Amino acid sequence: MAKLFVLLDQVGRSTLAIVEEVGKIVLLFVSVISWMFRPPLKAANIFKQMEFVGVKSIFVVLLTGCFTGMVLALQSYHAFRLFSAESLVGATVALGMARELGPVLTALMVTARAGSAMAAELGTMRVTDQIDALYAMAANPVKHLVVPRVIAGVVMLPFLTVISDFVGILGGYFVGVVLLHINSGVFIKNIIKHVDTGDIFNGLIKAAAFGLILALIGCYKGLNARGGAEGVGKATTEAVVLSSICILVSDYFLTAMMF
Amino acid sequence: MIKFIDVHKFFGHQHVLRGVNLEIENGKTTAIMGKSGSGKSVLLKHIIGLLKPDSGQILVDDLDLTKMKDKELNQIRKKFGMLFQDAALFDSLTVGENVAFPLREHTRLTEDEIRKTVAERLRAVGLSDIETKMSSELSGGMRKRVGLARAIAMHPHFVLFDEPTTGLDPVMTEAINQLIIETQKNFNLTCVVISHDLGSIFKISHNVAMLYEGQIIEYGTPTEIQGSLNPVMTQFLSGSIEGPIKIV
Repeated sequence: MAKLFVLLDQVGRSTLAIVEEVGKIVLLFVSVISWMFRPPLKAANIFKQMEFVGVKSIFVVLLTGCFTGMVLALQSYHAFRLFSAESLVGATVALGMARELGPVLTALMVTARAGSAMAAELGTMRVTDQIDALYAMAANPVKHLVVPRVIAGVVMLPFLTVISDFVGILGGYFVGVVLLHINSGVFIKNIIKHVDTGDIFNGLIKAAAFGLILALIGCYKGLNARGGAEGVGKATTEAVVLSSICILVSDYFLTAMMF
Repeated sequence: MIKFIDVHKFFGHQHVLRGVNLEIENGKTTAIMGKSGSGKSVLLKHIIGLLKPDSGQILVDDLDLTKMKDKELNQIRKKFGMLFQDAALFDSLTVGENVAFPLREHTRLTEDEIRKTVAERLRAVGLSDIETKMSSELSGGMRKRVGLARAIAMHPHFVLFDEPTTGLDPVMTEAINQLIIETQKNFNLTCVVISHDLGSIFKISHNVAMLYEGQIIEYGTPTEIQGSLNPVMTQFLSGSIEGPIKIV
């Protein structure tokens, strides 16, 4: 009986901790929204973050997008060949990239590259008193640090997703048409026939949502880092894990709502 | 004037401040000393509203910080400058941008005026032509001086020093001591210094307070403090391991 109470106690504590964490992230989001519309907006800071989140992620997005499109073409070709539907490889790659793989893989790569850096940078600022220094100078850390990163995440993720979608389809074209000899005209015709703007647009909305998630969680974990270098490392790991989980879970619900 | 009235602060079950009563006089330097982990930094953070007490009042120029909302608190914070233990310079900004930060944030000065003010404040702390350097390129002493330049950038009434000489060599410690004395005099500042560096404390302070077990147990001029017969004081000043101060 005593063991049962201990177990219940632990479950209760864990549940409360999760609820508390979710509540704090929501409060940070509300704070971001409220500071976002209070002038002056630090444009230089926002552009700097957009460069960091967006421009500097292009290479990794190009690489992952291209190889994802290629492997998708290869896998679907082998599957479709079983019932002579190889001509649908192009449409499958394009739909897969636009609806799912483009936004999700882009978000996961940017989480690993930029979300972790956000947590590490803000965590270091926290443990070296730089966040307190902002407060002491009557400057709000949310306005100075979180708002530019969230704007950068929300704005740049859709751009990166467009790039990922494009190179993914290009990679799929290379494998399908050049390596597997699917007719080029059929490949492109089926893409145009089966993929509409709604697929691409909804994918971009998802990407913006993922940008919000990774920036918000990265900043939240960084701002709440404690205990020196170990604390910063822990915050960074937690930011990447939690962001990735939230991206994948929210992807399901967004997909269920959109398509 | 800064006044603590029966201030209590808990961190979980730990009762860190246990009814602090203290008055910090305007235009003077008051040092708060105490052993490591006695709550000195906690006390300092209460003055600028970085921490809120669980009970008690903190008055700055007769205004109670504990009842203020963020907006009012920010108005009060503009009267303060703070030098953190490791200076807390922003890594991503240059020295010039660090010192200019509060000016850009709270004034409508032109870029030219900001540049001049930054150079003037850096000169006041004995530095020049380092505006374009990154904080990572500076030595410990230089970082502290840039931190002080940033703290006085807005011409504050109060400047708080969190262990200003910790980690510095004796020569740099003396240079920082002189800098605090001169800055306090030249800008007519009310300074609060927390430290356990006795040499520095007695050199730079007009008044000294001893924080022990969450309370101010002794307050007076450096001469009065040095002549105190309180066993805690005598042990602390002599650095003896025998006495009421327990080594944890």
